Amino acid sequence: MEERLRRTMMFVPGNNSGMVKDAGVYGADSIMFDLEDSVSMDQKDAARILVYEALQTQDYGNAELVVRVNGIDSPFFRSDVFAMVKAGIQVIRLPKVESAQMMKDLVSTIEEAEKKFGIKVGTTHVMAAIESARGVMKCLEIAESSDRMIGLALSAEDYTTDMKTHRYPDGAELEFARNMILHAARAAGIAAFDTVFTNMNDIDGFMCETKHIHQLGFDGKSLVNPRQIDMVNSVFVPTKKEIENALDVEAAIEEAKTKGSGVISMNGQMVDRPVVLRAQRVMRLAKASHLINEEGEYIEE
Amino acid sequence: MKNNVGREIPDEILNEKGYKTFKSVDIGNPDKQRVAPKVSVTTGDNKVVDSLEDVVKNNVKDGMTISFHHHFREGDFVFNKVMDIIINSGIKDLTLAPSSLTNVMNDKVVEAIKAGTITNITSSGMRGSLGEAVSHGLLKNPVIFRSHGNRARSIEEGEIKIDVAFLGVPNADRLGNANGMDGDAAFGSLGYALMDANYANKVVLLTDNLVDYPNTPASIKQTQVDYVVKVDKVGDPDRIGTGATRFTKNPKDLQIAKMVNDVIIHSPYFKQGFSFQTGSGGAALAVARFLRQSMIDNDIKASFALGGITKPIVDLLEEGLVNKVMDVQDFDKGAAGSMKSNKNQQEIDASWYADPDNKGAMVDQLDVAILSALEIDTDFNVNVMTGSNGVIRGAVGGHQDAATSKMTIISAPLTRGRIATVVPKVSTVVTPGDSIDVLVTEVGIAVNPKRKDLVEAFKKVPGLPLVSIDELQKRAEKIVGKPEEIQYTDRTVALVEYRDGTLVDAIKEIKD
Repeated sequence: MEERLRRTMMFVPGNNSGMVKDAGVYGADSIMFDLEDSVSMDQKDAARILVYEALQTQDYGNAELVVRVNGIDSPFFRSDVFAMVKAGIQVIRLPKVESAQMMKDLVSTIEEAEKKFGIKVGTTHVMAAIESARGVMKCLEIAESSDRMIGLALSAEDYTTDMKTHRYPDGAELEFARNMILHAARAAGIAAFDTVFTNMNDIDGFMCETKHIHQLGFDGKSLVNPRQIDMVNSVFVPTKKEIENALDVEAAIEEAKTKGSGVISMNGQMVDRPVVLRAQRVMRLAKASHLINEEGEYIEE
Repeated sequence: MKNNVGREIPDEILNEKGYKTFKSVDIGNPDKQRVAPKVSVTTGDNKVVDSLEDVVKNNVKDGMTISFHHHFREGDFVFNKVMDIIINSGIKDLTLAPSSLTNVMNDKVVEAIKAGTITNITSSGMRGSLGEAVSHGLLKNPVIFRSHGNRARSIEEGEIKIDVAFLGVPNADRLGNANGMDGDAAFGSLGYALMDANYANKVVLLTDNLVDYPNTPASIKQTQVDYVVKVDKVGDPDRIGTGATRFTKNPKDLQIAKMVNDVIIHSPYFKQGFSFQTGSGGAALAVARFLRQSMIDNDIKASFALGGITKPIVDLLEEGLVNKVMDVQDFDKGAAGSMKSNKNQQEIDASWYADPDNKGAMVDQLDVAILSALEIDTDFNVNVMTGSNGVIRGAVGGHQDAATSKMTIISAPLTRGRIATVVPKVSTVVTPGDSIDVLVTEVGIAVNPKRKDLVEAFKKVPGLPLVSIDELQKRAEKIVGKPEEIQYTDRTVALVEYRDGTLVDAIKEIKD
């Protein structure tokens, strides 16, 4: 799977033309057009057509484009998938996933659509939203269900209802699900997205939760409001020390390449793969945070 | 004849009215002669009269020029009251020369035009039913649109000769000392009306609040006033200015505001003692909030904020982030209310604010201006006057004036609904592109290529999304498509002056 930053996945109601049009301007790493919960029953077709047209005509820059289709047992599922595949969506997010089979069913529908519209089979990626106890318990098989998988996302509202609880400020009720999803994603080599935080007035609570999931190791967070993007990004900004270390690692890689050496060494010690991977991620974050200039140098304050 | 922004100005207009076409935004250092008003000398101890009818009867004659101010905005009770009497008196052929026309005045102006009472208008702008009527040819003579600074210049140089000024005030004493700060209908600065008070041959104050003599502070002075008329109410406090100003929560407005702030703080002008002017819209107020944080973070204080003032700007003053606030008008109760208590909030008249033919106006000292646009074209010319259908629905306001700042930023969404903001050619040029330096839209920032210094400065800022204005225009067109061209007749219904009195554009009648 292509490594990319997925700090922010911004939800955009698929039937709101203004928001669909402007979704690209806020700097979200991923934009998720929603055809499911935020769209009322009598708007399902309108939303599908609107998102389909927007994908043909609007410029969303470098953002990864995701669509949440209606559930696999809904009457809209097939039309949603066909329209979005035809529109060239990058990722289809399936809600309420509880088994690998559900993802396989999604993938076979996608494959059918890809063939129908002459799109190279395998182009369209998928991700799963985990919204129930069963989903959490099955998340490793879900994560490994297809090589089209790019990530797992926790959806806390349905999950907490299923667990006979609700959301608390400290998030203790989500800890098990978060860790299960994160471990499954990491084991499968895909991304992990934390759930949305809906109270726009509770900035402290939002920052606290974001810092927490950053510490756990999540790639990023689903968001309901563009105003949250900068806040999430601020949590994911690497420190000066991390950036300088990453630059040293890059320099060591370069040096090893010039020398034709298979062993990368830095300060007399061997640099192993995890260090390289972490350095690469830090560099991606530093560039996205505009802390690295075009020459790849750290920009002093 | 085409002027220097490529606009065709009909030759008959140039010949008949002795106009010159717009050449340059550079005013230069000409010598100018100012005029003085007639004075009807009086030494009496009371100018209070009960009958507005008598004042009109004795002072307003056919063919005269009358004026009003628009500080009461949508809460104005004065204009319609006076105009009713004038229309009913059968007076004809007046020139109406208010500082601007607000929506509450529209229907009355239309009525006065139809009655033959008003045959000429000069204003900062017009909207609604009046804009529609004028665009469809109701008035025989073209309306002349002037900026606030240009109106001050035109009055001072005698191009606008006001015979009678009817000025509503929220307080006055029996000899005519008055200010805008106290009383039920207080609105703060009397900035625009001070020109009328100083230069009209006859000055009639209307007030609902007679106070003891001598009334201080006196913005309008007894030396200028001929009559004080007591009326029931001069204005509706709730409609004069907005109450509590709310910051926008619109994510697109906030995004643009944040980008405007990025432009300001990475410009060479963001330094100790800089100065700025913002508008009163939600996005402009959001800029004030971002700018506040940047000033705190960088330990920078502004020497002054200028123009139409709002509560968020006064908050910056009270917080010590701005040293002085120079009010030509106040948009909300917060700004109006603090004027009388805060000595660092200075009332300035329109001449001090922005008259180009001055021994120095405030706008000449301005570092940064943040302005809006209905349309901006790929030459950076800005239209704040006509809508996408060609109909008059705006005002020059202080746009041309504030655009003389060292860095003028236009902040506008790329599109509004199905209408592009960035266009190949604006329907009406109000502010020439030579005085516009930066355009900020939600999808990118375009710097006027003439400002090579700014282009170089901003290039060095990582993450600042610089694009060309042509790219923005193409992008807007890709989203909303190409509109059909507006159909006009050959008849000119309005003229737009540049601040030096040259003609920057002519607005044509809409073909039905």
